[in-house]
Amino acid sequence: MDMPAPDARIMALKPALVARLREVLPHDAVIEDEAETRAYECDALTAYRCPPLAAVLPSSTQEVSDVLRICHEMGVPVVPRGSGTSLAGGALPTADSVILGVSRMTDVLETDYENRFIRLQTGRTNLSVSGAVEEEDFFYAPDPSSQLACAIAGNIAMNSGGAHCLKYGVTTNNLLGVTMVMMDGEVVEIGGAHLDAAGYDLLGLICGSEGQLGVVTEATLRILRKPEGARPVLMGYDSNEVAGQVVSDIIKAGVLPVAIEFMDRPCIRATEDFAHAGYPDCEALLIVEVEGSDAEIDEQLDVILQIARKHNPVELRESGSAEESAKIWLGRKSAFGAMGQINDYMCLDGTIPVSQLPYVLRRIGEMSREYGLGVGNVFHAGDGNMHPLILFDANKPGDLELCEAFGADILRLCVEVGGCLTGEHGVGIEKRDLMVSQFAPDDLDIQMAVKDVFDPKWLLNPAKVFPLAASATRRAA
Amino acid sequence: MTEEELSEAIAGATGPLRILGGGTRPIGRPVDGALLSTAALSGIVDYEPGALTLVAKAGTPVAEIETALAAEGQRLPFEPMDHRGLLGTQGTPTIGGIVAANVSGPRRIQVGACRDFLLGVRFVDGRGRVLKNGGRVMKNVTGYDLVKLMAGSRGTLGVLSEVSLKVLPRPAETATLRFTGLNEESAIKAVTAALGSPFEVTGAAHMQGATLLRLEGFGESVRYRARALQDLLASFGKAEVLPDEIETWQALRDVAPYHSRTGDVWLYSVTPTEAPALAGQLRGHGALDVIFDWGGGRLWVLAPEGQDMRQTNLRGHATLIRASKETRRRLPVFQPEPVPIQKISQDLRAKFDPRGILNPGLMEHIP
Repeated sequence: MDMPAPDARIMALKPALVARLREVLPHDAVIEDEAETRAYECDALTAYRCPPLAAVLPSSTQEVSDVLRICHEMGVPVVPRGSGTSLAGGALPTADSVILGVSRMTDVLETDYENRFIRLQTGRTNLSVSGAVEEEDFFYAPDPSSQLACAIAGNIAMNSGGAHCLKYGVTTNNLLGVTMVMMDGEVVEIGGAHLDAAGYDLLGLICGSEGQLGVVTEATLRILRKPEGARPVLMGYDSNEVAGQVVSDIIKAGVLPVAIEFMDRPCIRATEDFAHAGYPDCEALLIVEVEGSDAEIDEQLDVILQIARKHNPVELRESGSAEESAKIWLGRKSAFGAMGQINDYMCLDGTIPVSQLPYVLRRIGEMSREYGLGVGNVFHAGDGNMHPLILFDANKPGDLELCEAFGADILRLCVEVGGCLTGEHGVGIEKRDLMVSQFAPDDLDIQMAVKDVFDPKWLLNPAKVFPLAASATRRAA
Repeated sequence: MTEEELSEAIAGATGPLRILGGGTRPIGRPVDGALLSTAALSGIVDYEPGALTLVAKAGTPVAEIETALAAEGQRLPFEPMDHRGLLGTQGTPTIGGIVAANVSGPRRIQVGACRDFLLGVRFVDGRGRVLKNGGRVMKNVTGYDLVKLMAGSRGTLGVLSEVSLKVLPRPAETATLRFTGLNEESAIKAVTAALGSPFEVTGAAHMQGATLLRLEGFGESVRYRARALQDLLASFGKAEVLPDEIETWQALRDVAPYHSRTGDVWLYSVTPTEAPALAGQLRGHGALDVIFDWGGGRLWVLAPEGQDMRQTNLRGHATLIRASKETRRRLPVFQPEPVPIQKISQDLRAKFDPRGILNPGLMEHIP
């Protein structure tokens, strides 16, 4: 993985830059000591590390604006950071960049149950948004696996999803408005508490732009009343093909479950050893969850169970209590941890058309044998968002590179069958150089032209998303 | 017409182009230019009912898509409006037109807008380049989301050639709760309480004295929620529970009460609790009628012709949907943007359409 060489001119600016930043921020909000900047050297893609020139922790939109204005004037790149949970290296610094962390900006600014929105500072964690409205039985729908730690700022930057987006959508479907600071320090308001944009859908454009168009400091999010209840059902099948057919049949039958999760045999075995959830030893396992009152749940599960039985399951387990529900989810929720017990792993995030599921799983199995690396599959089957986990040994020379090559092959396969490189994690640095497999040069050019509009000097998170060669002239300009 | 021919037509254009799908939604500042229609770029390219995805060329008639979906028990969830009755237009609405104008109906309040169901686009930019963004899968964060940007950009950033959409199952049953005789303030309070309940209301409106709530789903579930809502809203009176009422919701979707009445039509988007006061204010300025959709968040306002009904200090936005060409030249059709946003919009247009030939001026106010 290449990153641009640090700019000696900018490195030499450090004392002057820190002095100017200290004029607008409290002393402890500017971090320049090399031992301390190390805390910001990577995100959850830990294979790549680089301490930044400095890190700043502003507390308000005004402070963010001051920081960006100074960096803009001095020509210093800025890497925005939520909680640093990106699996794609979205918050990886360069040696000549300033990390702008929003971790001190966690206030709830307005809660409105009648109009069903919450306005807050974006450093607030995903789970604590729901926490803030729980007492009125409301919740915030997008629920990425990292929801305990990840910040709304990062959710907006990556357009994060979660297990329940089949019904509730992803971040972009639940974002009503933002306060955003442009790279030159200008503060803009887009959207609000009302629905839909007046002019161009800039809100939709900003969501998922990986911190490259502006720094979102405040957000208005749609909140929803909690359903009366939810209940999962677990099904085991002898083949991936059959499990894939069950998913398709459920969707065609007119039921819209809130989640359909899929695990394959390697993943089932690993989680069983780790979490002892009592999963059957079979080729493919599905967890399907529906919501509503007890009677409504029964009605939906009737339809689902009929379909499930028709395809001869090796196991079919309905939950009869909250404990049983928790047990059904236990293995799925500990899948990543379980795989981590076996080895180091890399988590991929491609999406495929649901109909291609059996073919793609078969190809991944073949590639696994060719590369000599184990792989487990766990994913959101209802929307085709796969999370293959490739096992490797970080201490074995060459294993990481081998794993990355295998991962790249899987993602190219996703594109080949009509899918995409990333369903919810983002491109970051991880998939940056694979973008050419999904997009023609003109498709990338028009996206980069959008960045030209928002950040003409290419100072915000510059070495991400686009292949370095494709963005070279713009970054140098 | 092929996508290549569309590309050639735009690359070879020597002056402004007026972009049309089916020509049923003449909304925006009138454009002078040579006509470029995508109606001939037609046909469903791919439909996978088991994956809930459909891909169609931009000029495909909406009716053709709805028929194909209905055959599989599915539908376009965002309930797009047919503008012909309100705007007095002929022609055949196309899927590209719906996407270009981000047209959504009453169900938007529950499931999302057209843009929320748009998975991918192919389009031709102002230089004639054929570009793509998004795809045909439900979850996709690969690169910038130009899909959302294209939805609602009304042919000013590029001409759509193909769109991919997420679709949803048609519900087994529908029921409508109807209160009569509530004043606007009580009506909005009632629908607000309903939308804040766990009972998944898919339509919430106040139209011509009737306050309407729609429930959709499996039969037992619909009946259960209807009873639960009756109980929850008992303080507002006894709601009748009616089966279906398809025509009523269609009338709301297409704003039928204004079809035969003269006057301009303005569309407001605000927070629901602000709606009753805003309606009062607009009546004070001469508004002739107000219909509330989206739980009060969307107001269809019938107003005297040619009169500027845009309220200052509005938290939300207003669009002039129906008015004479003269009025649409004189008054801003879309909500005027703050200066920095206006600059972003202009700069985006300059990147996507450097020669300024695609529907020039349609979304701008040129005093």
